[in-house]
Amino acid sequence: MLEITVNGISRQLDVEPDTPLLWVVRDELKLKGTKFGCGMAQCGACTVHLDGVPIRSCVTPISSLAGRSITTIEGIGEAQGGLHVVQQAWIEEQVPQCGYCQSGQIMSAVALLGKTPQPTDEDIDKAMAGNICRCGMYGRIRKAIHSASAKLPKEIILTPLIDQAADDAVKPTNAEGSYNG
Amino acid sequence: MGKWTRRAFLTTGALVGGGLIVGVAIRPGHRTPKLAGLVENEGETLVNAWVKILPDNSIKVIVPHAEMGQGVHTALPMMLADEMDADWSTVSMEQAPADDQYASRDVVREVAFPSQAPGIVEDTLNGVFLKIAQSMSLQITGGSFSVRGTGTWGMRVAGAAARELLIAAAAEEWQVPLDQIRAENSYLFHDKSNRSEPFITFAKAAAGKQGPTQPKLKTPDQFKIMGKRVERFDIPAKVDGSAVFGVDIDLPGMKYACVKCAPVFGSTVSTVDGSSAEKMAGVVKVVNLGTGVGVIADTYWQAKKALDTVNVTYTKGESNRVSSATMFEQFGKSMDAAVANGDEQDDYKLGSARKVLASADKVIEAEYRVPHLAHATMEPMNCTAWAHDDKLEIWSGLQNPLGIRNLLAEELEFDRERVVINNVYLGGGFGRRAMDDYPVQGAKLALALPGVPVKMIWSREEDIQQDFYRPAVMSRFKASLNASGMPEAWENQFVDKHEPVEAPTIPYAVENQYIHYTDSPTHVRFGPWRSVDHTQHAFFTESFVDELAAEAGIDPYTYRYDLLSHDLRARKVLETAAKMADWGKPLAEGWGQGIALHRSFNTIVAEVVNVDMSSGKPRVAQVYCAADPGYAMSLDGFTAQMESGISCGLTSALYGEVNVKDGAVVESNFHDYKVIRMNESPQIQVEIINSGDRSLGGGGEPGTPPLAPALTNAIFAITGKRIRQLPVSKHI
Repeated sequence: MLEITVNGISRQLDVEPDTPLLWVVRDELKLKGTKFGCGMAQCGACTVHLDGVPIRSCVTPISSLAGRSITTIEGIGEAQGGLHVVQQAWIEEQVPQCGYCQSGQIMSAVALLGKTPQPTDEDIDKAMAGNICRCGMYGRIRKAIHSASAKLPKEIILTPLIDQAADDAVKPTNAEGSYNG
Repeated sequence: MGKWTRRAFLTTGALVGGGLIVGVAIRPGHRTPKLAGLVENEGETLVNAWVKILPDNSIKVIVPHAEMGQGVHTALPMMLADEMDADWSTVSMEQAPADDQYASRDVVREVAFPSQAPGIVEDTLNGVFLKIAQSMSLQITGGSFSVRGTGTWGMRVAGAAARELLIAAAAEEWQVPLDQIRAENSYLFHDKSNRSEPFITFAKAAAGKQGPTQPKLKTPDQFKIMGKRVERFDIPAKVDGSAVFGVDIDLPGMKYACVKCAPVFGSTVSTVDGSSAEKMAGVVKVVNLGTGVGVIADTYWQAKKALDTVNVTYTKGESNRVSSATMFEQFGKSMDAAVANGDEQDDYKLGSARKVLASADKVIEAEYRVPHLAHATMEPMNCTAWAHDDKLEIWSGLQNPLGIRNLLAEELEFDRERVVINNVYLGGGFGRRAMDDYPVQGAKLALALPGVPVKMIWSREEDIQQDFYRPAVMSRFKASLNASGMPEAWENQFVDKHEPVEAPTIPYAVENQYIHYTDSPTHVRFGPWRSVDHTQHAFFTESFVDELAAEAGIDPYTYRYDLLSHDLRARKVLETAAKMADWGKPLAEGWGQGIALHRSFNTIVAEVVNVDMSSGKPRVAQVYCAADPGYAMSLDGFTAQMESGISCGLTSALYGEVNVKDGAVVESNFHDYKVIRMNESPQIQVEIINSGDRSLGGGGEPGTPPLAPALTNAIFAITGKRIRQLPVSKHI
């Protein structure tokens, strides 16, 4: 048995230890918002937060996460009551088309704004380059991030601050490390 | 619009329980009771094939097309609601069941234009999608057809008919002339007597009324919803993770399956040794699918791991020796032979191009190539199937649910009525999800485990290597110019002709044209890929026109402009794009500008690309796009489709390439089948021209074709290097 916290709730899991977090979240915990896209940390559709840091759940074995805290797309709105400001901006800018990649895009954007509340275009390029959108809605995503940034209550930190240790711990699977562009 | 004839009319009748039913019928009385049975719930009133009025006077529109991101679940209700004068804030939608009663062919084609379908729709219906569906009932989503076909010929007519029926009922009730009643926001008003009632009040009274034979449609100046920016219905669920795609289906007791098919198309399984796999934890069954092998297990991860241990051998044949290089060699030989033997297949002939070329002082020649392309939708192919209670039930994102239902029944020798299709959101389609291979696999796996639902999910590798591909094509040109440098003869020969048939034709006034093709089949599977034949031919023709302009020493925009004096609509599109881009204005050091124009699915699109070549590698900075679809029904939806088409075009122009080696596809995932990312995404500006053309153009596909030639023309403008083979990244 393995224990992890998902969206603030502690979960006991009995799964094969090499099972990627993605399939645990989707099929054991029935949180289907996190998507399977490539299975090798190339597309970002499976992005979730590990202690606030965006990771690719498709290549993260569940055994590496004992005692850690995971947030999925289903968990980001709750703290603020209803939709997260990033999700609201996504609706206002009418970002999604097919929508399949958008959970991952939003998780990367939320993490970016948690770290850099007023990102430049270069910040957005760097933080979002690990997320593919096959419908090509990058322009709308960029606009929505800027508009969410403008609406952020400045005193609230959206996600826990990332310390270097946590950053290093997830290096093999985090957004910037996995981008092969 | 097409004739609204006696064969197609509206019928009305009372339902059990006292409700009103008004249906668009092909034959008297046949359709509506069946439709009502399919879509009517407690207390709802089906007004006609596509609209219900609910007890609280809200409106529900029934949409017979799949939502794959193109916004059709919103655009079609907009069209109906506007004609009906419904209150948009109370309008919602539901997807029509995958049933023959809602087949596009029956409902749209026979009802709306029984005697004459517009040519462009005929092309689409009778073209590639119809071939796929093998002339069977259709409920297709493709060919940029939904708004043009179902919207114009179904939704608008249905909305207008519903309004007229309700007005007729109110006129009788209030004892006033019809023309004194007006409809607004789901209410009817008689201003003289200061009366008003919600639509629902007259639902029952309208029962038994003869429907209008020719409902009067609005003119664009009367539109209240059409052409406006409207928020899409499907977006909220796509930002909170609750939208259900095929891959998200979850049934009690469900098992998971992974599959791997023969890497060489046409090969089949010779031997399977699944003995190690069967011993692994959670594994339920190893299934020989004929074309490949599948493993069913308790979890996805168990199935995937077990599949890797299955030893499979496949039959071998001629195809095992085929590579991309040998295919292009074959194309060249086929084309040479066709010309040498005089057995070219004529595509389009005007004047006498060969004669003019034979006597020309100079003939300009060029050969172009494009590689195979995979669709790579974000959601890999998947299918959940459950063989239970003498039925075969399928959950999957499908562009052609009825065609696939029929093919499933045929392939599995299953009674068609026993196949039940549940369509869900598509995580991208682009033509891939019009094919039937993955539902057939899903069904076979479920039939191997009767009574247990099985969800099959392809790996990305399987998705890239088992696609139906945009074909690799070779195209050759010859042209000669007159004394003013304008083309007087145009000859084009290419391989692999599919649909739409007009794809290789040019919009320009050239007196002598000969376009012909040669069959040169390969073993690689063909599939419709966003705009089908248009992406390759727009790259070929718009590059070669650019070459002619360069040869003549004339600015490529001016050259095209001068060749469009006969087509002012196309000329205006070209001119608009050029103006948006400040065409000709000096750019930064190392930047180039290119333009291209192409008409597809009845929408004319011109794109100008600004490319920064200062680093030696192309960086597309801006794309300016002007598009004339006649009338853009959904303003933001159409704009988004252009943006998406451009992005898709840029990915394929820069990186898109599926290579074949030893008969099999080499590329396997996004690391070697690259897609543009945020940091490579250009600024895109779109301007829509509502020229008011009566024949609507599509939105999903026409944005893609002009991008590649606009990019390579821009690279030529700054570097002098003409790129005649895609992808650009490999040839610069």
